[in-house]
Amino acid sequence: MKFKKKQASTKQNVPTASLPDIIFMLLIFFMVTTVLREYDIKVQYTLPSATQIEKIDNKRIVTYIWVGRDGRVQIDDNIIVIPEIQSIAAKKRREVPQVIMSLRVDEGSRMGIVTDIQQQLRKGDALRINYSALQKL
Amino acid sequence: MAMLRKRASRDVEIPTSSMADISFLLLLFFLVTTTIDVDTGIGLVLPPPVEETDIVKMDPDRIIKVLVNAAGDVLINDEVASLPQIHEIVANKLRAKPKMIVSIKTDRDTPYRIYIGALDEIKQAYNILREEYAMQTFGKSLKELTKEQMDDVRDNVRQSISIAEPERTR
Repeated sequence: MKFKKKQASTKQNVPTASLPDIIFMLLIFFMVTTVLREYDIKVQYTLPSATQIEKIDNKRIVTYIWVGRDGRVQIDDNIIVIPEIQSIAAKKRREVPQVIMSLRVDEGSRMGIVTDIQQQLRKGDALRINYSALQKL
Repeated sequence: MAMLRKRASRDVEIPTSSMADISFLLLLFFLVTTTIDVDTGIGLVLPPPVEETDIVKMDPDRIIKVLVNAAGDVLINDEVASLPQIHEIVANKLRAKPKMIVSIKTDRDTPYRIYIGALDEIKQAYNILREEYAMQTFGKSLKELTKEQMDDVRDNVRQSISIAEPERTR
């Protein structure tokens, strides 16, 4: 009888008081790392593939330029014409000096349009570019 | 008296046992919405803009000119080649004269796919040379190098790919 009583007085459950704190820590980690900015892509494109590709780790410094199958150009959420790129690139460069312009160009596009975009980027002083491509197997 | 006793028996703490569940839900939301996919591609640095008048004339012996036309035919220093041959030819030329600049030029009608293919080939040529350098100096392949060794390789086998000035732009 005495023994039984002793056992009942001690708590037997695992302490869960700190569980929310642990979960909150994880939560905060994911909240900080998530980049919620997603773009509404208005052009259709298929990326080319290549073997010697590199990764861009820092998503925050990347600005995408999409070029669709029909030759339309999109930056951020807007369809634009090529001469506008210079001012946009210059603005991006002022905001983020180490900006990387990632060109997501449809694989069937003509080089003329890519060259024009590059010339505009050079004038806008956004010189770091990246040709988005998939890993060739 | 009876009321007082009732009050004393009540638990006055806020129940926190469901807190974990609530934060789990939030955590799941962020887990699901997070995209960890990284952008992959071929990185390049464009040359700064130049005025029409001060285009720097390079010594033609120091340039490997890679021309790609609309049909995907390749001309390397005035010799006809094909796309899959580029890495071999460029690597051989670079091996003979390491400080050469590879210049790539395309026609306005060249499909982007072919341009990326050509650029990829040139990158491959550099990769071959880096692999050789790594083997010679460290006795290891590129993938096994430490960060410092990798920087050393990058410094010694430097990539100099240049995009030729286009002839006409819009």
